[in-house]
Amino acid sequence: MTKYLMAAATAALMLGAASASASADALKACWVYVGPIGDFGWSYQHHQGLEAVKKEFGDKVETAYAENVTEADSEKTFERFAREGCKIIYGTSFGFMEPMLKVAKKFPDVKFEHATGYKTADNLGTYNAKFHEGRYVIGQIAAKMSKTGTAGYIVSFPIPEVVAGINAFMLGAQSVNPDFKVKIVWANTWFDPAKEADAAKVLLSQGADILVQHTDSTAPLQVAQEQGKFGFGQASDQIKFAPKAQLTAIVDNWAPHYVRSVQAVLDGSWKPAQVWDGMAEGTVSMAPFTNLPDDVVKMAAETSDAIKTGKLNPFKGPVTKQDGTVVDAVDDGMILGMNWYVKGVDDKLPQ
Amino acid sequence: MDILLVLLTIIMTAATPLLLAALGEMVTERSGVLNLGVEGMMVMGAVAGFGGAYATGNPWIGVLASIVAGMFMSLLFGFLTLTLLANQVATGLALTLLGLGLSALLGESFVGQPGVKLPSLGGIDPLVPFALFMVFAVGKFLFGTKMGLVIRAVGNSHTSAHALGYNVIGVRYVAVLFGGAMSGLAGGYLSIVYTPQWVENMTAGRGWIALALVVFASWLPFRILAGAYLFGTISILSFVLQAQGSGIPSQFLSSLPYLGTILALVVISGNKALTRRNTPASLGQPFVPDR
Repeated sequence: MTKYLMAAATAALMLGAASASASADALKACWVYVGPIGDFGWSYQHHQGLEAVKKEFGDKVETAYAENVTEADSEKTFERFAREGCKIIYGTSFGFMEPMLKVAKKFPDVKFEHATGYKTADNLGTYNAKFHEGRYVIGQIAAKMSKTGTAGYIVSFPIPEVVAGINAFMLGAQSVNPDFKVKIVWANTWFDPAKEADAAKVLLSQGADILVQHTDSTAPLQVAQEQGKFGFGQASDQIKFAPKAQLTAIVDNWAPHYVRSVQAVLDGSWKPAQVWDGMAEGTVSMAPFTNLPDDVVKMAAETSDAIKTGKLNPFKGPVTKQDGTVVDAVDDGMILGMNWYVKGVDDKLPQ
Repeated sequence: MDILLVLLTIIMTAATPLLLAALGEMVTERSGVLNLGVEGMMVMGAVAGFGGAYATGNPWIGVLASIVAGMFMSLLFGFLTLTLLANQVATGLALTLLGLGLSALLGESFVGQPGVKLPSLGGIDPLVPFALFMVFAVGKFLFGTKMGLVIRAVGNSHTSAHALGYNVIGVRYVAVLFGGAMSGLAGGYLSIVYTPQWVENMTAGRGWIALALVVFASWLPFRILAGAYLFGTISILSFVLQAQGSGIPSQFLSSLPYLGTILALVVISGNKALTRRNTPASLGQPFVPDR
């Protein structure tokens, strides 16, 4: 009897030890999202990255996430994750910058990565995407497809990412049609479907026949669809909303970065870096080219490939600014802090 | 000419949800009840409207669902403030928070799905003329019928109305439910007509604008019409100015609808006696019968 008991106890101990070692082996990676994962845009795409990590590493990695975290609540959330044993924590909103810095200091053994920020620490890196590369491609498509030679561009706020997007779009369009025009409307919101729809309708009534947006709802595409005009999806493939109007979409694909980053933590080779990936790394990609004639598809695919392989840089100088001055080479720093328009943009940049 | 017609259609679309919600709230307030939960009722109307149209494929069922959802929310408000005598301001604010949260929860599976659009009749959404018709109907009802007179009496002096034998709480329930139905419809307009899709918080503050319109329009239906259309006109014109590259700072243009509408309505409310006559004297006060 005692023998059996001893054997059972030993077995139990071994099992316990085995499961303990399994969970100690699994790396815990945690995500903090600013929006709901059901927003079908920004947070949704980051969550796709989490799913990719799960798929890639299986049992080796344990994941956790928190959605709808406001900037005010973010510090608590980061701290909770750090205490719960997360080894790497991703924060996906610009506004998380200061809270992350603070929590990173408190937990030197935990690694942090902050999307779209610029401040780093010994255990805090940043990552961002070169969305403007995709904007160059859609600029070329717009110039080919527009009959009036005018695009309507709905934008949110005058931050460098948005301004660089407008410039890259125009440079792409001008490479096809030097006289291409763009009408710009600032909606002063990231997200208000009705307002974005109003702006879209006004732009179409003012002679634009192709819509570009740097706001987050699908409303402008729906307006384009309704009026038999064209548009481009934002952040994710939105073809479902506008099967006849979406020409392509600039898709944020964070999966490759997250997989690489988690791999680095597993290897012990993780270092705080300022990652800024684009089409080459797969972080920015184009949704299938639809509703386009073959020659335009071919051109768009070639341009995408040229950007991917590094043969083409949308901001390769010389670039003429709106005020007529010429910049010989636009470096990364200039793009990340862009506060001027290129020549041909018929708008005054809000300061 | 053609372009003016196009712009006019855009303006009417932009003004209609404000007009519907403000008209409903005006009737509620005329009965002496201040329901600050317009935003919450609207957003519930939006999610229910989308859901109804999406599930059945029939946008008219969506319209009906949005009205029912708004009424359900307002019934909750009525029960808390009229039967249980809770504070109207606090309950209204809570109703907005509840609506925003509940709609996000209910609408989770609708996100990313294209909606069903209400077909337009001869280029005009049927709800646009309906809203205009309601301005006349509500005006006629409030100022030309006995029932309208009773509602206004209840809102001006609930004790007198009670002494005359009117069922104050019953009348207020009806007015609150009408407000809920109109707010719900305004929300449904957003998710079925304006932009056929559902996303969290898609009303984006329109309920608050409707609330402000009621006050600045001195509780008069035709001033609400003027206010809603003025707001729509200025917001659309500010986009037109931007699209034409006027060089006027966009932040200024964005604030113009608010500034312009308030300014205009303050000017037309210059007649103090008229404003005082039209402000419901018992607004926001709970009524306890038989004391």
